[in-house]
Amino acid sequence: MHMHKFEKLWLIFGVASLLVFLSVLGVSAFHHGHHASSWSELIDPEKVDETEPFDEPGLKKVEGKDWDYELVFVASAFSYQPNEVQIPLGSTVKIIATTKDVIHGFQIPGSNINMMLEPGYVSEYIATLNQAGEFLVLCNEYCGAGHHLMTSKIEVIES
Amino acid sequence: MKTASRLKVDQRDAKLVMAHFYVAFISLAIGGMAGLLQVLVRSGLFELPAGIGYYQLLTLHGVVLALVLTTYFIMGFQIAAVSRTSGTLTAVQRKLGWTGFIIMTIGTAMAAIMILLNEASVLYTFYAPLQAHAVFYLGLAFVIVGSWFGSAVILLKYRQWRKENNKAVSPLLTFMAVVNSIMWIVATIGVAATVLLQLLPWSLGLVETINVGVSRTLFWYFGHPLVYFWLLPAYMAWYVIIPKIIGAKIFSDSLARFSFILFLLFSIPVGFHHQLMEPGIDATWKFLQVVLTFIVIIPSLMTAFSLFATFEGYGRSQGAKGLFGWLKKLPWKDARFVVPFIGMVAFIPGGAGGIINASNQMNQVVHNTIWVTGHFHLTVATTVLLTFFGISYWLVPHLTGRILTKEMNNLAITQGVLWFVGMTIMSGAMHAAGLLGAPRRSSFSEYGGSSVAADWIPYQVAQGIGGSILFLSIILMLYIFINLAFFSPKGEQDFPVGEAGHEAEKTPKVFENWKIWIGITVALILFAYTIPFIDLIQNAPPGSKGYKLW
Repeated sequence: MHMHKFEKLWLIFGVASLLVFLSVLGVSAFHHGHHASSWSELIDPEKVDETEPFDEPGLKKVEGKDWDYELVFVASAFSYQPNEVQIPLGSTVKIIATTKDVIHGFQIPGSNINMMLEPGYVSEYIATLNQAGEFLVLCNEYCGAGHHLMTSKIEVIES
Repeated sequence: MKTASRLKVDQRDAKLVMAHFYVAFISLAIGGMAGLLQVLVRSGLFELPAGIGYYQLLTLHGVVLALVLTTYFIMGFQIAAVSRTSGTLTAVQRKLGWTGFIIMTIGTAMAAIMILLNEASVLYTFYAPLQAHAVFYLGLAFVIVGSWFGSAVILLKYRQWRKENNKAVSPLLTFMAVVNSIMWIVATIGVAATVLLQLLPWSLGLVETINVGVSRTLFWYFGHPLVYFWLLPAYMAWYVIIPKIIGAKIFSDSLARFSFILFLLFSIPVGFHHQLMEPGIDATWKFLQVVLTFIVIIPSLMTAFSLFATFEGYGRSQGAKGLFGWLKKLPWKDARFVVPFIGMVAFIPGGAGGIINASNQMNQVVHNTIWVTGHFHLTVATTVLLTFFGISYWLVPHLTGRILTKEMNNLAITQGVLWFVGMTIMSGAMHAAGLLGAPRRSSFSEYGGSSVAADWIPYQVAQGIGGSILFLSIILMLYIFINLAFFSPKGEQDFPVGEAGHEAEKTPKVFENWKIWIGITVALILFAYTIPFIDLIQNAPPGSKGYKLW
């Protein structure tokens, strides 16, 4: 099959660009650990309230881990528990979240925190909060009539 | 290509095709109206009259446009393309076509009634454990099964042509319709499986719970090839029909076939790039499918090259000078060229946005934001749709024995330009608001007075303006369609089919060796999906019962 010389050049340039893109993504993901939330810890969606750590939603100081705090969220139509939380500036936080009913989203606009909460699964993401101020948490996966009213608030405060 | 020179689609086949087009354009009217109301609601300046829910409207918009309009138009167009290039359908094939049409239409009516009764406000992706009425799922199953009949018509005609022509290289348009039909059948097995084996028994109460991870994975196994099922008919028009309209030759028959084979192989094992943000799927498997997703960009690069090579070659043959002089030689007053051309241009930012979306962890920035809505309103709702409109401008009068008058031609160009203006505003504002974090699929909200959410509102007003312009363009399109179907003067409108240049070499026979291509397709799917899919079943959490939260 004959290919025009210019087409060969165009495809070499195109494929080389794609390889560069993929390498950047691969190094960032597997070498620097910048994965999206892909945890596969399981939970019974009917028993979220009785299961640790979701029996006590909110912020918890932890010792001897790579992160300073664990921030536990429970989502259900159409709210998050806790619906407001304060965190000291500069701390590294592991967000641990799940849902009690349908699929919800967990997004903090203005940050890279964006994950799906699916019944039966625990979603986790580690982030360092190095900007003070009020951050909105919102549901970005359609969950029913009150979907657009489902929010929480994280306040990053200078201690 | 002796048999390919039948110049007209037979009247009996034309009726079948037009039946598909009537449903497609009625869907455009309903879906367009829903879209207009949505952008107005989200601008914050308008409230829906009592009784209609925003998400009910959103479900309607998604189902009738993304599923009904596209499937009916594509089935109709492909049947017309095969009838024109491989010969009139046999009575049995035509009967199969009508059977498929009737099954799909019964299914569409069932789903539509459930949406109107507010029993199925689950959006067109119908993610469990939101649970719609069983009749909604049954209706979707009918649409899928009906579409298999339409695909069978294409495959049977192709087999017949090959038999009657001593296994010669098939007509290019027929070959392309065959590739798209095979891809469609392989892909719809996934959505048929989740609808028939999971959602339907669960909504009927035969089983109490559903495995959400499996259901989503089956949906997206179908959901990404779905977008290529929309795109490939547009590529058919670009590769084969547009060259004839501008008076040029097809750049290369072999390369066109090669790019379609690449789409068959790599469109399917890529669904995880819609599930990058979710638990239960290992990061390594996600990345593997990201790599496969990037491979499917290559045939689109080939397509872009072929098109612009055709345009430039034609311009230069007409005496164009300088680097871009050939642009002036293109038929800028012919709607059959201009309207799809706007679609091609939209695919440059559309494709680039798609690469961003599929870029693994980069997806975190835009996942489920209205950026994504902006993206597919460029790809499917501009690139694909304007090409479909461009096809309609000659195909509808061809089928009804009428002509595209100069007056309608000019109106059609206005329609395309209005679309370009409206979509630039709407999609541009969606992309921008999405980068600022505004979510997709959400009614108007001030998010508890949040300052970041307040920044999104001006963009939402812009979406309202862009969407209103798009609605005007839809009205024009419907007016032209009705004119071409019923009122335009009688005459002969050409069905343009391009030919390869004389210097073009013979097309290798290997392209029609379906054992190889379907074999590799299946192997790639098994490679990309087997282990993570078994993992989703073996390490499944307790299932979910259904919820009706609207």
